[in-house]
Formats: sequence, C-alpha cells, structure tokens
Amino acid sequence: MAVTTLSYSEAAVRALQQEMDADPRVVVLGEDVGRGGIFGQYKGLQQQYGAERVIDTPISEAAIMGAGVGMALAGLRPVVEMRVVDFALCGMDELVNQAAKNRFMFGGQGRVPLVARMPGGIWDASAAQHSQSLEAWFAHLPGVVVVSPSTPQDNHGLLRAALQCGDPVVYIEHKTLWGLRGEVDDTLVVPLGQAARVREGNALTLVSWSKQMQPCAAACDALAAEGIAVDLIDLRTLWPWDRETVLSSCARTGRLLVVHEAVQAAGFGAEIAASAAEATGCRVARLGAPRIPVGYAPVLEAQSRVGVDAIVAAAKKLAG
Amino acid sequence: MESNLPPHAGEVLYRVMVRIRAFENAAETASQGGVSAYGQQAGGAAKVRGPLHLSTGQEAVPAGVCAHLRTSDYLTSTHRGHGHTLAKGADLTRMMCELFGKATGFNGGKGGSMHIADFSVGMLGANGVVAAGLPIAVGAAHAQKLLKRSDDITVCFFGDGAINRGPFLEALNWARVYDLPVLFVCEDNRWSATTASGPMTAGDGASARAASMDIAATQVDGNDVFAVHSAAQRLVAEVRSGAGPRLLHALTYRVKGHVSVDLAAYRDPAELAAALETDPIARARGHLLDTGVAAATLDAIENAARDEVDTALAVADAAPWPEASAAFTDVQTTGAGQWL
Repeated sequence: MAVTTLSYSEAAVRALQQEMDADPRVVVLGEDVGRGGIFGQYKGLQQQYGAERVIDTPISEAAIMGAGVGMALAGLRPVVEMRVVDFALCGMDELVNQAAKNRFMFGGQGRVPLVARMPGGIWDASAAQHSQSLEAWFAHLPGVVVVSPSTPQDNHGLLRAALQCGDPVVYIEHKTLWGLRGEVDDTLVVPLGQAARVREGNALTLVSWSKQMQPCAAACDALAAEGIAVDLIDLRTLWPWDRETVLSSCARTGRLLVVHEAVQAAGFGAEIAASAAEATGCRVARLGAPRIPVGYAPVLEAQSRVGVDAIVAAAKKLAG
Repeated sequence: MESNLPPHAGEVLYRVMVRIRAFENAAETASQGGVSAYGQQAGGAAKVRGPLHLSTGQEAVPAGVCAHLRTSDYLTSTHRGHGHTLAKGADLTRMMCELFGKATGFNGGKGGSMHIADFSVGMLGANGVVAAGLPIAVGAAHAQKLLKRSDDITVCFFGDGAINRGPFLEALNWARVYDLPVLFVCEDNRWSATTASGPMTAGDGASARAASMDIAATQVDGNDVFAVHSAAQRLVAEVRSGAGPRLLHALTYRVKGHVSVDLAAYRDPAELAAALETDPIARARGHLLDTGVAAATLDAIENAARDEVDTALAVADAAPWPEASAAFTDVQTTGAGQWL
C-alpha cells in the first residue's frame, strides 16, 4: 500500500492488520471491538481475522486488562481496549500492580507484551468522566511505556512499534482526533522514545503532544508572523521521552514552554520543565488546564481548554 | 476418610504436605524479629524479612489438587502461595533462597515470599493483591484455548476473602462466557486478614456464586487430602476434556495469623483448638497407618523433609545477595537506562 491518505482511526486499523498478518500471536480484546470499536479503530478486523482473534468481551475492564496479562504471559501479544482512559481506572490494579510489575517482581521469569489502548483527552460535551487526560499517572509508573500520537502517520507507526516492543504499553489516542486525515506511509515504524521536530526556530522551545499539537502549531504560525521563530517538538512518546531532542533544543534557545491538555498541576509538563532547567539552566514555563474536572456546558468546558491565545501569550512572556 | 488410591499414592500426597509444613515452619523461625504492621517488634536480624503469609493447616488443598497437574499446566496463586508453589513442583531450596532475598532465588531476590513463583513449572506467581490472580488465570486459560495447546489447563487458587472483590465475579463470568479450561479453587480458610469472612460475605460463598454463573461447583472437606484428591481428579478431568470451567470449594482453616507476626489474638481460642483437631497432616498420617503403611515409612518422609529444609536454610544463608545493579534490570526494555 505504501503512501496513502488515511484517518487517524484508519491508520490504527492498518497498523493492526500489518501486525496481525505478521504475527498470529497478536489478538485484540475489548468491548465492542467486533463492531469496529466505538471510534472505528478496529473496523473490519473481526471480519478479517475472526472472533477468536478479535474478541468481544463483557464490560469487565479488570478482567480485560487482567486477562491480557495472563494471555501475554502465556505467549500471546494482546491489544487491550479500554474504551476511554477514564474507564481504564476500573482495571487499574491489573495495569499498575500486575502488568507493570510482573517482569521485575518475578525476576524476569515472564514478560507482558501488552498494548493497552485508552483514548484520552477532552471529548466535546462529554463532561467529567469522559474527558480526562491522565498520561502523567502512567508516565509515573515504572515498567510501562507511554505513547500519545498526534497524527495519522504517527498513530500507524507508533502502534506498530508498540506491538513489537515487548513491554506493556499505555497507548493514548485522542478522543477527537479519530477523523483527522493525513498521508500515511505504511512501511514506516516510528521508533518509541523519539520526538518529532515540527517547526524550527531559535527564540523558544515549545513541547507538546497529542491533540494539543494543533493549537501549538497555530500559535507558532501567529508567533512567526511577529518574527518569533519557535522550535516546536511533538513528544510522541512520554516514556521513554526524548531527552536529547528536547534538551538540545532548550540549550540552543534558552527557553522552554511545555503545553498540555492535562491539568497543569503535577502534569508531565512539570517533569520536562524541571529536567530542562536542571540540565541546561534554561528558563521554563508550563501551560495546562486548571485543576478542575471538565464541565459539560460549553462555557464550563472552555475553562479546561488551553487555546491558541493562551499559548501565544505564554510564549511571548517567556521570550520577552 | 476414604481413598481408593493406587499403592504409594497416599505416601506421595503425605510427602507433599509434610514438605510444605516443614518449609513454612522453617521460614517462620527464620522470620522472627521481622517487619510487622501487627504490633510485633521490627528488626533487621531476621533472615526472612517482610510479610510472610503461612498456609499452615491448609496443605491438603494444594497437595490434593496439584497431584493431577502437569508441568505444562498453569497455576496462579495468592499471597499465601508457598504450598501451591511446592506442590506444583518448584525447587524447595530456590524457594528458600527467594524468601531470604538472595540472588539464587527464583526471582533473584526481587519478589520474596509474597511473589514466590517458578514459571518453569507453570507456576505464574503468588500475588500481593487479593483476587488479582483470577483475571490473569482466565487470560492464561484463554491463551491455552486459542493456541490449542493440547489439553493443558489453568488452575487458579484464591481465598474466601477474594470472592468479595469484583475481579472474582468478572473472571468467573469470563471463564464461562468463553468456556475456558480453568479450574478455580477456593481455599476457604474462614479469615480475611484479621476479619472473619463469614459476616462479611452475603449468601453461601464461593460455590453458590459459581453456581449462579452456571459453573459447576463442588464443595469438599479441604482438610482431607484424599477427599480433595478425589474431587480434583474428577474436576481436572472434566476441565481437560473441554467441558469448560469448574470450581472446587475446599473448606479448610488458617491456623496462623494473617502474617507470621500476627498472633491472631482477635480469634476465639476455641475455634483454633477445634480446627487443630482436624489437622490435615495428622489425619492423613492416621489414615495411612490404618491402611497398613508402616510408621517407619512416614517417619522417614518427615525426616527427609526436615533434612531437606535444613539444607535449604544453609544454602540460602550462604547464598549471595543480588548485585545492587539488579534493581535496574527486568524493568522494561524500551527506555532501559532512563531511570530519572
């Protein structure tokens, strides 16, 4: 197939097809996956690979995640669907105490090559239990990889890499990126732990990921119009994160702004900012949501959104 | 007690139980002065440190069940997992080394008693979280079915406290929905940490809950190793034949406290005294003597277990600690080296 235009969800389907063709041990389990998943991210897979490999499950997140651990220990490579990151919390022991700990706790006797997909971020008008951004929780957890793609190309290439890596992976797609279309070269596997430089500039380093890359790119355009050239980096993988790309940029620009959709307090932006300040002595700033649940009404939901204007203002303040 | 075992099979079961008892008695002694959240003094001098959950009095359940298992069958366990691990065929000395935290232990000193495991004999690990082994077991059984691994099965041990956690219900439903080759074994020892399970459990317990999900359940005197052996023989055969999941509800008793340093002062002494009268090892010995096994034969089994454990203690004591660098291995391959 090579290069073609796909949506973010179609790119994931293509990645799964390639990995399921290459390795019969790859199976999918989760609620509604037989119908293609609630975002179409498994569309057609059960028809293609059968109900034994694309397994419709009861609404049992603990059992889905825990069974994924058992399947992985027994030689399969499960893709575990959690529907949304908010529901993954119902399988938290199975992820945190079992999947993430198994290999170390048992002295390397077993490994858990499992990819847990849990769409994250604000889902328009979906209120407090369907709109969370919890990636920092998982980045805090030794034993797991954390991935959050922002483009169809990356959703294809990173999902393939996640399935091939052999470690438990928390794979956070954004709830509102599924329809985003873009060119996808399906021969590519995007290496985990490697960020992408999206814009180049010397005035400021701007780091973000997932859906928030869109307002960040728009902010960079606005800043460029005023003569402020920004180095924009899409982190893509939160753990392991690409220290070399981020820190070398910070050393060059002397200024770092991290922007994320998650709550700012104790967010992953704090980790990057602190690391950059320690390593390079650069000036740092963070921009995330206030520490409030996401509200339903548009005016309330807007309070949790980090928009282009706020990014531009924060960048100018830092660059000034 | 009844049994129609082939010659010497009773002695084999007796040997398994006696080895478990000897191992745990030695581990308990080696843990004296250990860390405690139960009022005992903490101390660094203990050879076995940290929580030590003993299965004293429950030995008949793993002995009777695991007698029917192969190395290629899987087993998941609880935090009280020494007996399961020994009965599945793990090396006793390497287990003791793990309890001592030594590099030569099964987990290289990374897990200790609560995470005792020997994947090479299909024992996929003791677990520090109540009921956590159940979903893992159905996943392993699901993989066995998908991979069409002959007629291997998975056995899942859990306690009576586990049946009040959601994963128990989710796992049983899962096993029945996909008709998986899994045998659930409830070791009903009547205690949930320091709280009696009865008043905390609605309805009639594990077997009743299994029946409500169309999983055939069998209740058995869990302190009668021959009864456990017989019931497990039938259930394992049914599961192996592809009949779907089964549940064995074994009624036993937790002789010790929740952890080794818990003296269980909250418990009515009369309850313990009554339970001790049904000690599974004493009962099995009496039965074997009645059926003509020589006392000297049983004595020799007991002496051999004590000798084996003494050797294991010496080996574990002399074994090296893990290298400090081992704290950084087996975490994850992706991003290995990025610790901060």
